[in-house]
Amino acid sequence: MRVALFLTCVNDTLYPDTGRAVVKLLTRLGVEVDFPMAQTCCGQAHYNTGYRHEAEPLARHFSDVFGEYEAIVTPSGSCGAMVRELYPRMGERARAEGRGSGLAAALAPVVPKTYELTEFLVDVLGVTDVGAYYPHTVTYHPTCHGLRGLGLGDRPRRLLEAVKGLELVELPGAEECCGFGGTFALKNADVSAAMGTDKVRNAESSGAEVLCAADNSCLMHIGGTMTRLGSGMRPVHIAEILASTEEEPAA
Amino acid sequence: MSGTFVGMPVFPPPTHPAFPKAAHEAVGNPVLRGNLRHATHTIRAKRANAVAEVSDWAELREAGKRIKDHTLRHLDRYLVQLEEAVTAAGGTVHWAVDADEANRIVTELVKETGESEVVKVKSMATQEIGLNEALEAAGIRAYETDLAELIVQLGHDRPSHILVPAIHRNRGEIRDIFRTRMGEWGRPAPEGLTDTPAELAEAARLHLREKFLRAKVGVSGANFMVAETGTLVVVESEGNGRMCLTLPETLISVVGIEKIVPTWRDLEVFLQTLPRSSTAERMNPYTSTWTGTTDGDGPRTFHLVLLDNGRSDTLADEVGRQALRCIRCSACLNVCPVYERAGGHAYGSVYPGPIGAILSPQLRGTQSEIDASLPYASSLCGACYEVCPVAIDIPEVLVHLRERVVQGGEAVRDGNKVVLKPAKGHAAERAAMRAARWAFSHPAALRTGQRLASRSRRLHPRTLPGPGRAWSGTRDLPAVPAEPFRDWWQRTGGGKGGAK
Repeated sequence: MRVALFLTCVNDTLYPDTGRAVVKLLTRLGVEVDFPMAQTCCGQAHYNTGYRHEAEPLARHFSDVFGEYEAIVTPSGSCGAMVRELYPRMGERARAEGRGSGLAAALAPVVPKTYELTEFLVDVLGVTDVGAYYPHTVTYHPTCHGLRGLGLGDRPRRLLEAVKGLELVELPGAEECCGFGGTFALKNADVSAAMGTDKVRNAESSGAEVLCAADNSCLMHIGGTMTRLGSGMRPVHIAEILASTEEEPAA
Repeated sequence: MSGTFVGMPVFPPPTHPAFPKAAHEAVGNPVLRGNLRHATHTIRAKRANAVAEVSDWAELREAGKRIKDHTLRHLDRYLVQLEEAVTAAGGTVHWAVDADEANRIVTELVKETGESEVVKVKSMATQEIGLNEALEAAGIRAYETDLAELIVQLGHDRPSHILVPAIHRNRGEIRDIFRTRMGEWGRPAPEGLTDTPAELAEAARLHLREKFLRAKVGVSGANFMVAETGTLVVVESEGNGRMCLTLPETLISVVGIEKIVPTWRDLEVFLQTLPRSSTAERMNPYTSTWTGTTDGDGPRTFHLVLLDNGRSDTLADEVGRQALRCIRCSACLNVCPVYERAGGHAYGSVYPGPIGAILSPQLRGTQSEIDASLPYASSLCGACYEVCPVAIDIPEVLVHLRERVVQGGEAVRDGNKVVLKPAKGHAAERAAMRAARWAFSHPAALRTGQRLASRSRRLHPRTLPGPGRAWSGTRDLPAVPAEPFRDWWQRTGGGKGGAK
């Protein structure tokens, strides 16, 4: 099976390790991974900040780049939700504004074949034990758009529970937002930081060494809060845990 | 529906600081944070249990949404049906296009009775229009009889929650308010009042009983109005509402036009979803219904003031109109992480929390500083949508209103189609978004930017100047990697042959 990796602009620029982990993991599971070099950004930040019209050409570009692939896999719950939930809505809005169904038609092909990484593993590949080894105590934070937008449910947990050596511990208040929220983190910095601090304190109380999530944007906020608070914990993307093996363990 | 309720501007834009500034104070107040955290987490857990008991919750939620959408689509028809039914049952219907008109009508009606005081049932609509203040200006004293509204009124405070207006207060604060202020308004608090709930409730009971027995005029809102019979419905927990609805000679109800349901049968849905969503009760303790007037039973005179106040404008907006489904249960407030930390007052409206963030900028417009900032008072986490018993997609409306703020565009204000200008103060952001869109449309440009960031990474400061402080004031910046992923991919041929 040949799939396209939609890494997201944030991961491409700031978290290439997550990208390498996805490639390593999927290759190990027998999937042929391609990284279309023309990919940029899904337009989520534009859309969610109120710049829908600026997001439209980015969505079209996404569709042009990824339209031909069998499946599109992304290690980001929120960018995955952007494509699956909000691309159809953008098409509908354009139609409602009397601009025809061109945008809806252009975006339609990529919507059903875009998968968040854990969905792709569990639903498409049908695996929960990916042969990973990660000898650490981990707590899992379900990020909002993955949890409520995509309905990832217990997929990430099932994957983590099957990792050898990994001890999964409960995160109190797990389903509460970490306070990132894209431009919310800047526009409402005080509330965002207060939410982030509470998330880190809850994570610390779990006794875990690692806070795991399926979204690096949220982890950037949580991790930045952790180091600022002098917390001993560290944030790790779920792809890096699942890619880790006894032969090549991740930190 | 358009053009049915054309009239004067809605209540003036408030001079309230923008949300982030108002929230800044609240976030730094440990007592308030503690009160809100305790209260919202308690009710949040109770609600989850009360909802989990109902096997067909998803169907009830969908039914509630459909009933409301249907009613809103045919609101013109149902309003006329309601007016006819209320009139036939002995009531009088008044139409108020905005807060001023509603206040004027109620003030005149009270004056006609010759009374100078009224007792009030807890009501969001009368809070929205500032009725107490308008009555006070006319020399009429309005006594709030809901326990929490009483606490707010005695404390010269503002409500901070739709259902629990004094949620920002703890028991000790309430005891102090009762001790120092009750005497100014009537029967003073008993000597040696402590902060136990039973004693506080008893103090309020004694204080309020005096008001109920003396009042000749009651003022209420309503949770529902049944179009087919002209029946109004108030659901409550304390029974104080029923006192106000039954003891006075004259009853005046101020109700938003969106509160209609077509038939009694529709109540079946909402009388299940509202109590479980709001107080986490299977059934609320008091459900009062009245249809016009009845000889020898309850008020002899009944007036219904139907309030528009921006609702028709909201109804004209295809995305935003879903906010009018709201049944004021407060589940979205209780589950909202932003509300929990910012508190209700930061929202600058009687409608705080997620629903307030989409309701206020629609009812009042997005011109004022606070109303232009409310659509951003959310991380878009979606918890509000998940718990909403009428499935209002609050994040969708928030994003829609953000668009209205930064891009302007067509809207209906005061019954007229207008083209709104983009709000001020977003020029730099708009330019940045455009630049980002351009870079993201040109992969080569994006790559150049990424490489620049990677190559200069040792020079990056740990904190940022100017607007960047919003991030780095509380969070460290991520380290920029030596090369972006795409360079690694190209250099190693996709990591083939174990290349690092």
